[in-house]
Amino acid sequence: MIRLSRHRYAFLYSLAGSFRDLSPIILVVSFFQLFVLQQPIPNLGEILFGTLLVALGLTLFIRGLELGLFPIGEAMAYAFAKKGSVFWLMFFAFALGFGTTVAEPALIAVANEASIVAAGGGVIENTEQAMRAYSSGLRYTVALSVGFAIVIGVFRILKGWPIQYFIIAGYIGVVIMTAFAPKEIVGIAYDSGGVTTSTITVPLVTALGVGLASSIKGRNPMIDGFGLIAFASLLPMIFVMGYGMLF
Amino acid sequence: MEFLDLLWKTGISTVGDVLPIILIIVGFQLFVIRKPIPHLRQVIVGFLYVLVGLVLFLIGLEKALFPLGKLMAQQLTDPVFISGGLNVVSEALQWHDYKWVYVFAFAIGFSTTIAEPSLIAVAIKAQEVSGGVISVWGLRIAVGIGVAVGIAIGTFRIVTGTPLHYYIITGYVVVVIQTLYAPRMIIALAYDSGGVTTSTVTVPLVAALGLGLASTVPGRSPLLDGFGLIAFASLFPMITVMGYAQITQWKINRLKLQQKEEQR
Repeated sequence: MIRLSRHRYAFLYSLAGSFRDLSPIILVVSFFQLFVLQQPIPNLGEILFGTLLVALGLTLFIRGLELGLFPIGEAMAYAFAKKGSVFWLMFFAFALGFGTTVAEPALIAVANEASIVAAGGGVIENTEQAMRAYSSGLRYTVALSVGFAIVIGVFRILKGWPIQYFIIAGYIGVVIMTAFAPKEIVGIAYDSGGVTTSTITVPLVTALGVGLASSIKGRNPMIDGFGLIAFASLLPMIFVMGYGMLF
Repeated sequence: MEFLDLLWKTGISTVGDVLPIILIIVGFQLFVIRKPIPHLRQVIVGFLYVLVGLVLFLIGLEKALFPLGKLMAQQLTDPVFISGGLNVVSEALQWHDYKWVYVFAFAIGFSTTIAEPSLIAVAIKAQEVSGGVISVWGLRIAVGIGVAVGIAIGTFRIVTGTPLHYYIITGYVVVVIQTLYAPRMIIALAYDSGGVTTSTVTVPLVAALGLGLASTVPGRSPLLDGFGLIAFASLFPMITVMGYAQITQWKINRLKLQQKEEQR
């Protein structure tokens, strides 16, 4: 009984924390609505109910992170490090990057938008078929690039190479590609770097990187463990511009 | 009824999001690692929490924040509002007439980033790994300021119509220079914080703002200029997070110097 009530106390405490996390948004929206736009807030009841759901959802999500996503990411990192098979680790890294990206709703939205831009700009034929082919081609391009990105990132952790050389080389790649890629694709390419990493992928990949870096001798989890997300946001830009140049 | 429909749709898309991850993990556990998952029951409960939490989170956003936020983005970018409702709309607006847009972009960028679940996840990990040197709130506020500045500059770019890559390349140069001087410990985390900022909460609102601006500012095409705000939101946090670390280190150094002088 005592354990249960302590549990409940902890839950209420973290629910209050979620409301604190949301308070800046509530403040900003109310200020602009009431003082700048000078309009009443519509459907106040529904908005309050929605805010309650957001807070509840955030609380559960964070609890789930600590119970499920972080431990499984770390457990798998330890298991792979113990097994010592670089091939399987790389294969896992690729599958994780590719598999979580290809079905990502935000990416599907951006790819569809991009096909409209391409059809409008006369890059591809303005038929539904051509647009669908273009958008799914783009999706697979991004998913492949995220898969490769995680593979390169994991390999860097194994070797302990400094991340900045990779990222700076990547930037140079982006700049060179920008010079040659068609103008229409540049904005989409730059955005595609940001949309690839979903809310579930980020904690898992972070736990994997930190877990690997802490189970390999001579690696510092702070210096070597982070950085996988950075690769996953950089490589898609280069790949998408390459895709734009091929068409 | 409408609510149940939303619940169903969000549930399906979230399960679709989680399913590939579960398949990959289960596949590798069964066929490659071939060892039982430690604390299996706890992990399953955790996954359920993540699933249910994310569904509630997304439904709540859809119910409360997104309709209002998108409406506000439209109203703030409306030329009638910007010209104060007095001038004739056809009169050319200057970039500084859009001041409320920049303020809104800054404020909404900061506040949505504070509530971004994936940033919270990375911040928790960073605090754990760094032994508390990097605090959850310190990182979140640094990233929040980065996104805020990024999106504010991004809206300015749409209004003025200057090319996106000039800004991004300048930002890269700043990042590279900072990398040379920032403490080594922060670099990987700073690079990561660029990618985690833009997910569930920030992207839909920022996209609405970009689209609203690009379709109302004369001479901008929503298809060409509406993109790019997310790129700004992923670039600037790297600069502010490294800046945060540099300021922290500078303070520590100064403190050490003072203590040395006092000892003398």
